[in-house]
Amino acid sequence: MSTATNEGRGSMIGAAAGNAAQPTADHALLPSAQPVQLIDPEGHHTHDDRYPLPDGQKLLSVYGRLVAGRRINDQANALVRQGRMAVYPSSHGQEACQVAAAVVLDDQDWLFPTYRDTVAVITRGVDPLEVLTLLRGDWHGGYDPYEHRVATQATPLATQLLHAVGVAHAAKLRGEPTVVLAMCGDGATSEGDFHEALNFAAVFHVPVVFLIQNNEFAISVPLKSQTVAPSLAHKAIGYGMPGERVDGNDLAALLSVLGSAVDRARDGGGPSLIEAHTYRMQAHTNADDATRYRSADDVERWVPKDPILRMRTYLRGLNLLTDDGERALAVEADAIAAAIRNGLNTEVDVNPGELFEYVFSEKTSQLREQAEQLREELARGTDAEHGAPIDGATNQTKGDRP
Amino acid sequence: MTQTTEAPARGIGDQADAVASPVPRSTSTFAKALNAALADAMESDAAVLMFGEDVGRLGGVFRITDGLTARFGEERCFDTPLAEAGIMGMAVGMAMNGMKPVVEMQFDAFAYPAFEQVVSHVAKMPNRTRGKVRLPIVIRIPYAGGIGGVEHHCDSSEAYYAHTPGLTVLAPATVRDAYFMLREAIASPDPVVFLEPKKLYWSKEEVDLAELRRTYDGGQAPRRIGRAVVARAGTDATLISYGPSVPTALAAAAAAAEEGRSIEVIDLRSIVPFDDETVCESVRRTGRAVVVAEAPGFASVASEIVARVQERCFHSLAAPVLRVTGFDIPYPSPKLERFYLPSVDRILDAVDNLQWED
Repeated sequence: MSTATNEGRGSMIGAAAGNAAQPTADHALLPSAQPVQLIDPEGHHTHDDRYPLPDGQKLLSVYGRLVAGRRINDQANALVRQGRMAVYPSSHGQEACQVAAAVVLDDQDWLFPTYRDTVAVITRGVDPLEVLTLLRGDWHGGYDPYEHRVATQATPLATQLLHAVGVAHAAKLRGEPTVVLAMCGDGATSEGDFHEALNFAAVFHVPVVFLIQNNEFAISVPLKSQTVAPSLAHKAIGYGMPGERVDGNDLAALLSVLGSAVDRARDGGGPSLIEAHTYRMQAHTNADDATRYRSADDVERWVPKDPILRMRTYLRGLNLLTDDGERALAVEADAIAAAIRNGLNTEVDVNPGELFEYVFSEKTSQLREQAEQLREELARGTDAEHGAPIDGATNQTKGDRP
Repeated sequence: MTQTTEAPARGIGDQADAVASPVPRSTSTFAKALNAALADAMESDAAVLMFGEDVGRLGGVFRITDGLTARFGEERCFDTPLAEAGIMGMAVGMAMNGMKPVVEMQFDAFAYPAFEQVVSHVAKMPNRTRGKVRLPIVIRIPYAGGIGGVEHHCDSSEAYYAHTPGLTVLAPATVRDAYFMLREAIASPDPVVFLEPKKLYWSKEEVDLAELRRTYDGGQAPRRIGRAVVARAGTDATLISYGPSVPTALAAAAAAAEEGRSIEVIDLRSIVPFDDETVCESVRRTGRAVVVAEAPGFASVASEIVARVQERCFHSLAAPVLRVTGFDIPYPSPKLERFYLPSVDRILDAVDNLQWED
């Protein structure tokens, strides 16, 4: 096997044809030397032989989702500050990855998001209030995964990647043209399940696109402490699948690279690994203090690379985006934010009896007893009725008292 | 006992009579019954898949999947890369997408790498999604000791699973139950941890597997999930056991009978859901109980059973409920396991200590 180096080239589609002097199968699996970029931070198109620039109208329509995505992040942060949500892991600055991951899929496809991918889930069509149920804290999940084919947002790292492989495997066995896009962060690539998922996907040759959002931090730990690989995309070759890296703040490049990976998977080409290089502009969550591990200057350097600013400059330059158009998009985004705000400002009644409903398809006798115990406590007017934690519940069982 | 009816009291001890029977009848091992249950389930439902390590061409290290790949093809019964979390996680996705995966964890202690997937997703996904996503997965685990296995091949890991809400945990002890319980597990909409006592794989019973299939497919097999059974009727004390300890408990009951004590033996079959009713009905009647299990006793399923019985049957008890379990040590090496495993003598000692003089 040839030595894997940064110089390996090749797009994910038809990689071997004419790029490197004597491309080998190994080289075809390696990512580009630099992340694929189609629009630079100044808003200019930069040509790439392998990846076509999406047309202006397409970019304009998806740009609206970027604007909405940023507004959703801002609104969710505000709601945490107001005590309406327990926590919110923001994707501020990563909206291009969020939006692209959702819009490259068809209805029949599946999306596997993480806790930071709320904007992707909403962009896919899930009701924002159902999505935010998790973070509001009235249940561990708020939407039906089958309705929009979006798995629950995974909190354990990388575990969902294997579920994505299983969904794709089942679809393949039935001959369905489903593609699965599975998201994770840079920190998750250190987990064993990341390795097992990529290996299983490659061995079973299933239609999964793995998208790593490399935002440079796993809470406080920088990427250099996770890996010394040339890039995360380089890991693909170890599994025998193509890897590619893309500017994660360039919506056009993301649509093109992810789109080709999805097409390839749908055409029976198997899995691939895409690393999108972006930056987590805000703290891990509102509970985190990012000043303890990075400087304001570090963050400042990424401000000019903002995905929304870049796309706006490009579309304004082509006169595709007008003042009127911008106003209309702002109104739309505000409407989404208002719906989230109003929804989360409305108290939702939690139903303690529901705690026992879904553990098994049919309640066990033990769960029936415990549900009855809680029901009796509530009927008696114990702490639980006033919303305090039921610390005093003794889980007492009924003996055969004489 | 006849083969076509479901008599409530039966056990390994019945085999001796069967062997002596003048009419030759068909017999099957525990392993063959599991194999037949898998084949029959795969035959009756195209969504049932079998995968794991060495389960394809080899037929599994215990041959439980023997012949399935040849019969159903490599898409229905296949080998995976050697990675238990991968097997478990892929099963979750397949179950989300319409399949009914049966996975084999090669040995009890080799299932631990899959533990996060089992606890964080297999067990919790239905609750997380308010029942929208059900995971009809069967996790088959060759389980427990008594086979002279080296380290990591003889763990009794049931407490880890039983402690995790959302998992059905089964441990058959007879050939008939092995067949019927595996069919029932595969048909269950809930995830099932199916513990197969390794030392019983080669045990034989007089059963006709084709007859078992007709009984199950005809809806004539009584439900076993959540239902314990009286394996031997008695009046003086109750031995409560499951899986590999049932034959030992039955042997102890037979020995006690020679000493004039009538001991009832309960085969739990289903650890979760737990059949409080059958257990308590027996203990209230006999007034004395010993729980027998191979796993270390501290914080164990045996401990839970003792607690439940004392909470519910306190005023019927003539003596404290005792336990005969493994010691609180790592499972011993082959030449030492006989000192660890619950034995007939140790069970009889416990029965002797049930305060008969009172």
